[in-house]
Amino acid sequence: MQIGLEHYLFVAAALFTIGVFGIFVNRKNVIIILMSIELVLLSVNLNLVAFSSFLNDLQGQIFAMIVLTVAAAEAAVGLAILVTYFRNRGDIAVEDINMMKG
Amino acid sequence: MIAAIAFYALAAIAILSAFCVIAARNPVHSVLFLILTFFSAAGLFVLLGAEFLAMLLVVVYVGAVAVLFLFVVMMLDVDFAELKSGFLSYLPLGALVALAMFAELGLVSSAAVQAGQGRAAIPLSDVDPGVTNAEAIGRVLYTDYLVVFQLAGMVLFLAMIGAIVLTLRERPGVRRQDVSAQVGRRRSEGVELKDVKPGQGLGVEG
Repeated sequence: MQIGLEHYLFVAAALFTIGVFGIFVNRKNVIIILMSIELVLLSVNLNLVAFSSFLNDLQGQIFAMIVLTVAAAEAAVGLAILVTYFRNRGDIAVEDINMMKG
Repeated sequence: MIAAIAFYALAAIAILSAFCVIAARNPVHSVLFLILTFFSAAGLFVLLGAEFLAMLLVVVYVGAVAVLFLFVVMMLDVDFAELKSGFLSYLPLGALVALAMFAELGLVSSAAVQAGQGRAAIPLSDVDPGVTNAEAIGRVLYTDYLVVFQLAGMVLFLAMIGAIVLTLRERPGVRRQDVSAQVGRRRSEGVELKDVKPGQGLGVEG
């Protein structure tokens, strides 16, 4: 029973789909939306590492590391915005977030 | 054989816990399932021969990002049951889009794998047993990808400054020690000489 590239690609596809689905069904909860984005980025990383491993090229792993960096930065800034928004409004309802247009 | 069993177990746990992330009622449970998902993905990375990235995933995500999420979820006093209310109304459209997307991704993946069938599919670790994954990454990361590495550091630095600036606030009514004001204090601001006339203030008691 040989585990090939397509197995990993299917796991990554499932994770990606679940992440996008999570953004759809949790439209009101910004925290879950941020977590769904993390899931999507994780699936991209899985794809990159799988291709890197099976094509015998390290470039994919370097790229996955950069994606990891950007994902961590995105989570930090997103949560900071969320905390500021909660401080100003008292809740985190996304529907009223367009009041930030000024 | 054991690699196949490990792959299927890790993949199943990753997908199930990813589903629990978006379906859990309590956001704290969502964060814990997110940790489980990332842990299983790190296991898959190990199976792929990318040990360094797997450890990085555990350290960065389980150690930092997940704790950050947990901290924010517990700090915000929000009625999460109310935020969950639109779940069922968005479900049909979301399921439709998700199914279409999964079918497309599956088609593209199998097509890509079939197109590359002739190429040798050798995992990295089997090629050069003398060099570990971390060493191989280190050899290229600090030479060929030096600029990218530095730019990634800049991205993290900017994110740190952004997060601090966003959450910093001046609160009125909070007294803080101001060292420069204390040191730069002049005698004229602190000492006042009063000219008291002789005998004044004596007969107050009686």
